[in-house]
Amino acid sequence: MTKRDYSLLGPDSRRAVETGLAAAEWYHTDIPRNQMKALMKREDGHAIRDTIILFASMIILAGTGIALWPSWWSAPFWLGYGVLYGSAMDSRWHECGHGTAFKTRHYNDWVYQVASFCMVRNPVSWRWSHTRHHTDTIIVGRDPEIVLMRPPALARVIANFFGLLDAPQGWARMLYNAAGKVHPVEAEYIPAQEQHKVVRVARIWVAIYAATIALALAMGSILPLMVIGLPRFYGAWHHVMTGLLQHGGLADNVIDHRLNSRTVYMNPISRFIYWNMNYHVEHHMFPMVPYHHLPALHEAIKHDLPAPNRSIAEGFGEMWPALKRQLKYEDFFIKRDLPATAKPYREDFHSDALGSATA
Amino acid sequence: MAWIDACATDDIDEEDLIRFDHGDRTFAIYHSPDGEFFCTDGKCTHEEVHLEAGLVMEYEIECPKHNATFDYRTGEALRAPACVNLNTYKVKVEGGRVLIEV
Repeated sequence: MTKRDYSLLGPDSRRAVETGLAAAEWYHTDIPRNQMKALMKREDGHAIRDTIILFASMIILAGTGIALWPSWWSAPFWLGYGVLYGSAMDSRWHECGHGTAFKTRHYNDWVYQVASFCMVRNPVSWRWSHTRHHTDTIIVGRDPEIVLMRPPALARVIANFFGLLDAPQGWARMLYNAAGKVHPVEAEYIPAQEQHKVVRVARIWVAIYAATIALALAMGSILPLMVIGLPRFYGAWHHVMTGLLQHGGLADNVIDHRLNSRTVYMNPISRFIYWNMNYHVEHHMFPMVPYHHLPALHEAIKHDLPAPNRSIAEGFGEMWPALKRQLKYEDFFIKRDLPATAKPYREDFHSDALGSATA
Repeated sequence: MAWIDACATDDIDEEDLIRFDHGDRTFAIYHSPDGEFFCTDGKCTHEEVHLEAGLVMEYEIECPKHNATFDYRTGEALRAPACVNLNTYKVKVEGGRVLIEV
């Protein structure tokens, strides 16, 4: 059984570089150029509509919550607001970070800044960490965004349904950065000329939180923190639920997204919150395609992909037993069958991972 | 420096690009929305991914891997993760052929 070292500065990182797993050429389904151009085409309309719906809903829900405060009748409104703040902002952070949600670059940048603040993810650091996640998706020692390491820390995963670990870590890193320091791990993937921006953003955030806390103290109430900060706890569950499905229980150290990513059909509300990232194999294979074209991309390439899970529940039904098995045998992973119309997995590309026990 | 015959003008759709390999070098040749042609190095300065599968939007090319964006007329890096400009090359059109100076 292989012990994995997920440190970006450790032996697995060096091994990935030596073996060519790092920055490798990945498998792509063939799509005619003209069809791909149509799928990649940008526009502002979809994202403007969704962003207006998102922010208007947040204002109405938070406004109602404030009006009903401190009655328990305000609770459902806070729960709704929290999911939009602590989960929908995760997908906005993601899509606008790619620069694909809007055609107009400034719109992507503005929403990206707001979403990064809500999710407590430094917009500079996390832009670069996500870049690495796409270069080296689930490559041990290279990908800084592996949520379900092996053996999986299930208690940690459950705690993060309520942001209990990752949100405080985000605030701790904010204070660290605001002190003028960039962590050595961040320095591993952020170019030197970008690192000063990490500190600048952290200091702006500290000022916002200080003002919010000062207002709460002046009012003698946590109400300001119900609007800013605390939703990162009480609204995180949806983005963790959907995020775990992205790669959980699947292969690591492979260079074919069909082996390490999962597409799951979801209900329309979850797809709005998640901005269609349930089409996750498609997103990783073609990150240039905007979220609103992912269903069309899925239709275009599904003949070459494993069958998607038909619901969130079915996705967890597949993933959770695999995670439990990885507690005892961390080389275990799920290898989904491909349809007869698909090009086969390149076993020679993945001999290390595919040589291990599979479902 | 020499002028190299790279392709025909109608080999590239407007607002698109093609890959052109010459010796051990690789280039990207662009057809702008107003009918002009431009040439840059073929690979993104961020992680050496070829730009041939990227998206041309007006005068910008977006890398297919990480969405780094360049102005293909000047090579200027416009959006992270690219921090280094692309090299550009002179282009001329003669008799329906696109020539690049490399």
